[in-house]
Amino acid sequence: MSFLAFAWDWLKSPQQWQGQDSIQVRLLQHLGYTGVSLLIAALIALPLGLLIGHYRRGGFAVVNVTNIWRAVPTLGLLILVVVSFGLTFLSWLTPLVVLAIPPVLVNTYEGVAGVDPELKDAARGMGMTDWQLLWKVEVPVAIPLIMLGLRTAAIFVVATATIAAQPGFGGLGRYIIDGLASNNYGEVAGGAAVIVVLALVIQAVFVGLRRLAVPTGLRLQARSSR
Amino acid sequence: MQWSWIPQNWTIIWQYTLDNVLLGLLPPLIGLAISLPVGISCAATRWLYPPVLGLANAVYAIPTLAVFVVLIDYTGLGNLTVIIALTLLSLCVLIPSVVDGLRSVPEPVRQAATAMGFTQVRRMIRVELPLAVPVIIAGMRVAVVSSISLASLGYLIGVLSFGYFFIDGEQRDYPTEIYVGFALTVLLAILCDLLLVGARALLTPWARGRRTAASAITATPVVTEA
Amino acid sequence: MLRPSPTLRGGAVIALAATASLVLAACGSSSPSSNPLSGGSSNGSVVIGSANFPENELLAEIYSLALKAKGVKVTDKFNIGSREVYYPEIKKGTVSIIPEYNGTLLTVIVDKNSTAASTTDVNAALTAGLPSTLEILNSSSAQDSDSVTVSQAFATAHHLTSSSSIADLAPLASSLVFGGPPECTTRSDCVPGLKKNYGLTFKSFSPLDESGPITIKALQDGTVQAADVFTTTPQIATDHFVTLQDPKFDFAAENVTPLVYKPAMTSTITDTLNAISAKLTTAGLLQIDTAVIVNHDSYQAAAQAWLKAEGLPGGA
Repeated sequence: MSFLAFAWDWLKSPQQWQGQDSIQVRLLQHLGYTGVSLLIAALIALPLGLLIGHYRRGGFAVVNVTNIWRAVPTLGLLILVVVSFGLTFLSWLTPLVVLAIPPVLVNTYEGVAGVDPELKDAARGMGMTDWQLLWKVEVPVAIPLIMLGLRTAAIFVVATATIAAQPGFGGLGRYIIDGLASNNYGEVAGGAAVIVVLALVIQAVFVGLRRLAVPTGLRLQARSSR
Repeated sequence: MQWSWIPQNWTIIWQYTLDNVLLGLLPPLIGLAISLPVGISCAATRWLYPPVLGLANAVYAIPTLAVFVVLIDYTGLGNLTVIIALTLLSLCVLIPSVVDGLRSVPEPVRQAATAMGFTQVRRMIRVELPLAVPVIIAGMRVAVVSSISLASLGYLIGVLSFGYFFIDGEQRDYPTEIYVGFALTVLLAILCDLLLVGARALLTPWARGRRTAASAITATPVVTEA
Repeated sequence: MLRPSPTLRGGAVIALAATASLVLAACGSSSPSSNPLSGGSSNGSVVIGSANFPENELLAEIYSLALKAKGVKVTDKFNIGSREVYYPEIKKGTVSIIPEYNGTLLTVIVDKNSTAASTTDVNAALTAGLPSTLEILNSSSAQDSDSVTVSQAFATAHHLTSSSSIADLAPLASSLVFGGPPECTTRSDCVPGLKKNYGLTFKSFSPLDESGPITIKALQDGTVQAADVFTTTPQIATDHFVTLQDPKFDFAAENVTPLVYKPAMTSTITDTLNAISAKLTTAGLLQIDTAVIVNHDSYQAAAQAWLKAEGLPGGA
């Protein structure tokens, strides 16, 4: 169990909680990278996904984007951007946003496009306009998949922000990169431990959000159909 | 972009391609071997799947670099650590795929098989697994593409593959090398993805000519809670 | 009787075969440059390692080509990591040769508090302090040391020249961001040493890379005002950086010196390595660094060219 022993030793040392390399600072940096990128990606991908799903155009392109997205080596992308443009604000923002868009886009599209046609017929029969159809029927039904897309994107961005420390950015990955360079396993283990906890917390947050966001009727229906 | 770099460095390009193939394909294959029995058990036993799925979701959320770090204490800085970490990732993707695939087999088909005299084992091998192949292969595609791309992270703990091109390109301010590493990773991933699509076509001759569900291609397998 | 289902069986066979061949490949894989034709172990068998930065990989490549030309069985294990990572490997013998820098080897591994500064003193301290399985061979005259370097713009603004000393930064230090490799915060001659010897307490430290393009860029665009730039970095000349003098020898002599695992050595190996060290000068090192880092020549090509120019085995 020495990973935990190393991590605990390092975490409880007061030095870790002071100064510009402290856990609070690195954690805030990490949350900053993640939060801002996720927000911007959602602002781009959600409307786009809703439109593509509603009008069912461009679905083929969207579907194939995911396969390529997963293939992108995130370390390579980050290094490419830093070598070309230096350690600027855009150097971390652009790759993270670009990487967060596909899962949100695809899952939103899937969610909306996958709505039962009978449901849509019924809604139209009731006299709903296109706009009402989107917001009153398609979006609520699509929420589980939309939340899944956001959760997947969040996981991916947290992981990529960890790697961003290699070309010289901040964040919790700093402890792993610096610790490996100085062969300080305590730092490496402590940093990894904080990252694991952060990842699990974010996962839990999204699971909770989904529970809140899915309309009660759909949730009950899903449960009873099992 | 200096194209002449490619033929000049063909030996190391080839060597690192082989290394990346190893690190990208072995973990998903081992993952498949493990997730078949585990998935079959989960599909058969109601109470087993929720905790297993919860664990898989939790591990999937953890950044791969952090997983490397936790393993270093037990398996050191080498190939084994990377292979184990990527196998764990593949398991998180494949176990839900196997379970979802088996659950997608229509109940009437299962009942018909039993009525025709199949034992449970035979039914599983001859009927249920073959019908689950599309979903399982969808999971394999995610696992393989992710592993190929994440293998480059191994460089940070001394395991060379395409990651070498990113780091050496970074150190020598040589974008050509980074582009090549990037392109090789994406091309290798797409190639393996296409091979798996071909495998799916071979293994499911009854489905040829019919459009497969888009969701089998795109959705991440960590879908909803059971 | 129902016919057996071929598809699943076929799929299982393919998957098993693929897994088996990959496992075999994993177990049996060896590095590309071990040459099965290069003589038996009568001439020795070594593993050459290197740190994870270009100059060191280049030096290791030079050793590798020369030894192979002499019939030694060589396995390359380059880019292992920083010294803190590769030293345990050579200490237990999984690596047999590393191109080292005697000064930092001494202060990082052997004796943190050593004040030895000249090549002779440093090597004497090393020979006395290294574990019994390791030894250093002859040092070359080529040196590549850490430094405190500033950009041309900063130097002009603060009236610094290349004859100014690191001590001249003392009044400014608290408003400066210092950049360097990540291990600089703990290395005894880096951030702690600069504080001890020159009273420099920087505003903050920015972990960058091993004196590579990220450090260079950070220095150029002012993200850091001073940085630890290795002295054979080609961009010092091309970008007109100003390296400050180190009169108190915070940074000791840093001659390129082979560190070797004694049990793996034969006279052929040590003679070849000593011959290389005899010919390696700082100017020569800077030249091949420029070839590899600025001109992007391959490590092998640059190494071969140098060996050939110096009349050593292994040149093309």
